[in-house]
Amino acid sequence: MRHQGIPRVVSKWLIAPILLFALYVQFHGDFGPGGGFQAGVIFAAAVVLYALIFGLQAAKQIVKPRIVETLVALGVLLYAGTGLVSLFLGYNFLDYTALDPDNAPHGQHLGIFLVELGVGITVAAVMIAIFFSFAGRRRLR
Amino acid sequence: MTEILDIVLLSFMIVLAVAVSRMQNLFMAAMMMGIFSFLSAIMFTLLDAVDVAFTEAAVGAGVSTVLLLGTLSLTTHEEKVVKKNNALALLVVLITGSALIYGTLDMPQFGDPNAPVHQHVADRYIEKSEKEIDIPNIVTSVLASYRGYDTLGEVTVIFTAGIGVILLMGHIWRKEDEQ
Repeated sequence: MRHQGIPRVVSKWLIAPILLFALYVQFHGDFGPGGGFQAGVIFAAAVVLYALIFGLQAAKQIVKPRIVETLVALGVLLYAGTGLVSLFLGYNFLDYTALDPDNAPHGQHLGIFLVELGVGITVAAVMIAIFFSFAGRRRLR
Repeated sequence: MTEILDIVLLSFMIVLAVAVSRMQNLFMAAMMMGIFSFLSAIMFTLLDAVDVAFTEAAVGAGVSTVLLLGTLSLTTHEEKVVKKNNALALLVVLITGSALIYGTLDMPQFGDPNAPVHQHVADRYIEKSEKEIDIPNIVTSVLASYRGYDTLGEVTVIFTAGIGVILLMGHIWRKEDEQ
């Protein structure tokens, strides 16, 4: 689709709001529908759109595959790491009260923020990685 | 009003499902699966499950369609036609289908307040999550806090899927990366 004018122009307008919307869904999940999972998918959708319009190589220059690979693991580590922190502070695994024992809801807010961020990072990175792997393959004929 | 919408949406979904199964052009079938997902997202919205609807719209209608189309661009657009009638396959499908329908007969009525799902921990979450977690969206507090361990499992599943794809197809992306 590299030579088609309308998709190029429209996607230039759309990609920034899509990324912004992904961040909104990520950080507003406590108050409305959404959360890390949906945000990660929307974020990946923006990258996929960019790759479809401007080509895979251009997308790989912005979103480096090596960084994507790291982020795949980083999200899960952030999630499990939050659980381990509460474990080492003497509470149950993933009991976020440990993060602020004097003010339990505040600890819960912080814990939910961290694990949702972990979910978002892993989901976005995995979706981008799968798309890159599929789109990067040439047709076998 | 909602009932009319339900009937219209469900009949659209049945038509789409039959069309997808009969269609030989895989490209069109993939697009129709996307529309099917979008209709089920609307169904979830009508059932007040906005979080699920959101996920269905983003994953089912969005990313899966892109991945299906990506796969089709590597293979072929037309399905190979099998002329032979397979009586055994039909028998297996009929038995499985009737077993599934038989299984639903025991399920509680939709919206029944005495259903087991409303008897267990749901009340406790609805009553206490405001005090314990203090965020308005109970879905998020159940998902990330009360059932945080389950969500960690889900994320691990996605992580494993990503690792699997990278391992299977990764050497190709490395080579192109270094060019």
